[in-house]
Amino acid sequence: MKSVEVAVVGAGPAGLSAALAAAGQGASVALIERDERLGGQLVKQTHKFFGSERQEAGVRGFVIARGLAEAVAAEPAIEVRLSSTALGYYTDKVVYLEEPDGLVKLRAERTIITTGAAERMLAFPGNDLPGVYGAGAVQTLMNVHAVRPGSRVLMVGAGNIGLIVSYQLLQARVEVAAVLEAAPHVGGYLVHAAKIRRAGVPILVSHSVKEALGEREVRGVVVQRLDSAWKPVPETEATIVCDVICLATGLTPLTELAWQVGCKMGYVPELGGHVPWHDEDMRTTIEDIYVAGDCSGVEEASAAMVGGRLAGLSAAASLGHDRRVAEMKEVAREELAALRAGPTGDKIRKGLARLRGAGGSG
Amino acid sequence: MDHPILEFEKGRPVKFTFENQELPGYEGEPIAAALLAAGIRVLRESPRRHRPRGFFCAIGNCSSCLMVVDGVPNVRVCVEPLRAGMRVERQRGHGDIR
Amino acid sequence: MSESRLGPSETLRRTGVPAEADLDGLKSALARPAGMVAGPMAVLECFQRIPCDPCASSCKRGAIAPFADINDLPAFDPEKCNGCGLCVARCPGLAIFVVDETFGPDEALIKLAYEFLPLPERDGVVAALDREGRPTGQARVVRVQRPKSKDESTVVWVAVPKSLAWVVRSIRVEEGRLAQEASRES
Repeated sequence: MKSVEVAVVGAGPAGLSAALAAAGQGASVALIERDERLGGQLVKQTHKFFGSERQEAGVRGFVIARGLAEAVAAEPAIEVRLSSTALGYYTDKVVYLEEPDGLVKLRAERTIITTGAAERMLAFPGNDLPGVYGAGAVQTLMNVHAVRPGSRVLMVGAGNIGLIVSYQLLQARVEVAAVLEAAPHVGGYLVHAAKIRRAGVPILVSHSVKEALGEREVRGVVVQRLDSAWKPVPETEATIVCDVICLATGLTPLTELAWQVGCKMGYVPELGGHVPWHDEDMRTTIEDIYVAGDCSGVEEASAAMVGGRLAGLSAAASLGHDRRVAEMKEVAREELAALRAGPTGDKIRKGLARLRGAGGSG
Repeated sequence: MDHPILEFEKGRPVKFTFENQELPGYEGEPIAAALLAAGIRVLRESPRRHRPRGFFCAIGNCSSCLMVVDGVPNVRVCVEPLRAGMRVERQRGHGDIR
Repeated sequence: MSESRLGPSETLRRTGVPAEADLDGLKSALARPAGMVAGPMAVLECFQRIPCDPCASSCKRGAIAPFADINDLPAFDPEKCNGCGLCVARCPGLAIFVVDETFGPDEALIKLAYEFLPLPERDGVVAALDREGRPTGQARVVRVQRPKSKDESTVVWVAVPKSLAWVVRSIRVEEGRLAQEASRES
């Protein structure tokens, strides 16, 4: 059976950073990714990143992804396993992997779970029609496979993802009919909103989808206005012609592996739902299991990279590796604090306080 | 696609069949992308009410996009790579596993 | 240069469009010190505290101070700015513009980041849009600066009527007007 010191499950920004940090300390690492490529959601991001220069602010997301993948390829201590799905974590620290050539058993002293998050569904009549797509799906089609998702899109959700994907649709020369937002304010960065407003895309706050129209596929949508209690206001329905309804109403952490292992989980809305309880070293209640990135709390790619680094450092240090680890962990913690210090960090700080204060639930 | 920021590298052009119709695609791209490029969005029918279904998440999580490929049911076409000569059919109801 | 803004206006938070209240603060901060030569000047339409700081290092003249806290709004010193536009290309939010109200007897020059296709052509004519994407008339393309790095944005310079110097913030390239824009599909 294969054996490694640190297994990292999921090669998005958090996983790539965790693998590099652990290998940098001298640990042997297996980086496991179910997709055929490294990078996770980062490969689809065409916009220039925010945050500080330390997290590559000003660099386009897909360029950051390429840089991380190249660094991983250049690191001999990291074994990359693509098209490899972690099925479960069992006694004696064995991870089972499903790969094209069959089942592989991997013994890992420490495992870092960085499996990310997925789009939330929204409930409305017709929500199962072809043409109702998650925002991530639209990004994958346009930015990875060069296929336009449709010709006229109604975007649901004016958080960062909804605003960014709307802009990307315009760049792919797909019309965006409007962006709906149930809350009375734009949720994402206002500069993202300003970019699409300048391009003539309306943002309708206090609006939601009433139903999707179409027999076999989406042909339009009925929207409605909401009052201050978020209830639909009668007779405010309006029909918008579109062939795609794109849902960007939030992400939910992908935590199957953490549940299966038996990590103590906590339900924290500010973090996106059920997340594994974890301490300041990104360690869960199971001694050898760490978490980072969106599966530990939905946030931003910049925070995922730093959190991943912290988890990698912590896991390596717990095995006795130490190349100025304490100093590097302190730097990582300061970067996370800086990213979360402003008003846009309120939610995540509140969520983490809630998670740690509560001590998690079964 | 002409794009202001991205450059695309597609695999070699191939042909495949969808419900007896020959369609073009690129080797290695997800089958669902090739179908979408050809304007095909209805990928299967739901088991009880025969509702038309397409993909949703496009990363292999949600099971909305299951089709029959080369006779094999329950294939997640949003992640399954296209190969030349594949036979793709809409799945009607639950997959028939023999 | 210290900042004492009250944060983005309610209108901006609801619509994504900066209101007069947001812009007034900007205009007063740009009030030109006596004795200074008139010319192009950066306009940082950045009103919300988010973690972001690359504009500071983009400026070679130190007109944007290094950030003590990356969530701060940029601290801009008009006395040091020569309107070169490096920050326009760098800003991840595409929120920085350069405005030169002295460009011509009747015209003002606006430099803006543009990330769509087709790109306009020098000496071409484009539709000039306001912050809500509404056309306000036409603009003449003075220059199209392609960035050296793919991470930076293309910067387009357009000449607009002086009265629209604080109104025009976007353009639309009219497809019919570009000779080499053959109707390519995909």
